[in-house]
Amino acid sequence: MAKLRTSKHKVVLSRSVGGDAGITVLLVLMGAFMFLPMLYVVMQSLKPLDELWRFPPRFYVTKPTLKNFKDLFNLMNTSWVPFTRYIFNTVFTSVAGTTGHLFLASMAAYAMAKIKFPGHKWMFKLVRTSLMFHATVTAVTRFMIMSLFGWVDTYLAIIVPAFATTLGLYLMKQFMESSVSDAVLESSRIDGASEFRTFWTIAMPMVKPAWLTLIIYSFQDLWNAGASIYIHSEQLKSFNYAIQQITAGGIKRAGASAAATVIMMAVPISVFVITQSNIIETMGSSGMKD
Amino acid sequence: MSQKTAEKKAVARKDMTRRQWLWKEIKRNKAAYVLVAPYMLLFTIFTVLPVVLSIIISFTDFNMLQIPNIVWLDNYISLFLDDDIFLLCCKNTFVFAVIVGPASYLMSFLVAWFINELSPKVRAVVTLIFYAPSISGQVYLIWGTLFSGDSYGWVNAWLLQFGLIDTEIQFFEDEDWVMPLCIVVALWTSLGTAFLSFIAGLQGVRRELYEAGAVDGIKNRWQELWYITLPQMRPQLMFGAVMAITNSFGFGGIVTALCGFPSVDYCAHTIMHHLEDYGSQRLEYGYSSTIAVVLFAIMIGANALVRKVISKVGE
Repeated sequence: MAKLRTSKHKVVLSRSVGGDAGITVLLVLMGAFMFLPMLYVVMQSLKPLDELWRFPPRFYVTKPTLKNFKDLFNLMNTSWVPFTRYIFNTVFTSVAGTTGHLFLASMAAYAMAKIKFPGHKWMFKLVRTSLMFHATVTAVTRFMIMSLFGWVDTYLAIIVPAFATTLGLYLMKQFMESSVSDAVLESSRIDGASEFRTFWTIAMPMVKPAWLTLIIYSFQDLWNAGASIYIHSEQLKSFNYAIQQITAGGIKRAGASAAATVIMMAVPISVFVITQSNIIETMGSSGMKD
Repeated sequence: MSQKTAEKKAVARKDMTRRQWLWKEIKRNKAAYVLVAPYMLLFTIFTVLPVVLSIIISFTDFNMLQIPNIVWLDNYISLFLDDDIFLLCCKNTFVFAVIVGPASYLMSFLVAWFINELSPKVRAVVTLIFYAPSISGQVYLIWGTLFSGDSYGWVNAWLLQFGLIDTEIQFFEDEDWVMPLCIVVALWTSLGTAFLSFIAGLQGVRRELYEAGAVDGIKNRWQELWYITLPQMRPQLMFGAVMAITNSFGFGGIVTALCGFPSVDYCAHTIMHHLEDYGSQRLEYGYSSTIAVVLFAIMIGANALVRKVISKVGE
């Protein structure tokens, strides 16, 4: 029979020491595999020139300097299009795409989760199926549709498809289903509120964790977007693309390139740190029932 | 269930045909259609329509220059019978998917499970460490620095220093190294949405179930995992599988960034690269649509298969 230890009121399951030790070792090994390369990027970005070219290379930096970041900004100033333009492009498409996605996906998710209209099931199934294939399979025909609309080489080609990404709708719909009570919505409807009003004033305030999750997923995608097949003009290209051009300068730019990577990754990582608990809460209802 | 009986009742009581009833329901729910319309319209244009178009175009020789002809199955036949590179791509894609998919899935689950009983603060830090590579964009290029083909590459430098090799290994141009390295890097970036979903799912398993299980004779954490945790988490396991499968077919970008396009002797060329080659570079849309349709079918098929397996967990 199971051995039970009792601590205060709760029953604690028996845990073998060997198991605990094994798990700890495995966790530390996997953690090192994940963390050390990230740490190495940061170290590289702080290394002065002589340490970057040291042989054999050292993992840790001994005389940290911000010179690489300064070099990066100097390189940016030599770019053909003002560098602020690239930053504007990325910020603009990220904000516009994310805002539109949040509104459209939330509206649709609310209707699919909370109004039993004919067709809500197959609509959701269709959206869910699209989670099962990678967007690159549609890239070629999507490009044709974009050219038909005359959207190639405009912001629209980046922003509008971002409105209808599917993971956001999926997570929002699942979360609404599990955490918005039908009774509250019903009483709002009985009071004569329109569906839109009920959605906006009752349901939306109840799903703040899901909003944040949607915003973060959408923002991350758009923020990390590099060169796009839809954009040819240099003036419309993204920050990430410009950074890649700098880092593609090869080995002599190793320091600046590490500095650029650190700047690019700092944004999504800090956003995740702030919102982690909300995202995990949203993921609680992410499961697929059938 | 209750909804279905309600529907039947409504039909019976009001003595309407199914079609009349449906029309009435649609009119009654006008507001719902207004709410879903903008999203569904864009979703149809940018996701459904491209899939349908791909299928149609895959039966033609469309190339933007000449008037397209219907060639029926010719594209499919030459893809499978005459295109040696495509067969190589299939092999590489499967090797990638079969290793990275399950490995990433297992690693996501194990880590989530290991940290489940830690204090919330420690858990948050560990979550960040494992999740960070997947959201940091191009950060995987650091592997290019670590395994760089000159003596400034970390791995080469130390191998030289210890006298294990005489000349530097060209890691990203050596057929023996390209695939294994790309698999490691892909795995490194793959602890994403599924991982977070598992963490949340494990947190959601009610403690009483474990206590009841202990009373019922569950002896150790492995039995607890199999009999209580996994069946409780089945919905998250499904969702995680979908995410892992989709991602495991989508690692083309990493290969291109690290090894160039195409990789040396096509040794890490995947179906996705083949698609890009014909679609964006040679502009043979008919042929590239055929590749897209095949890849689409493979992904949907893999998903269906894996979901069937997971529905058996803990039974």
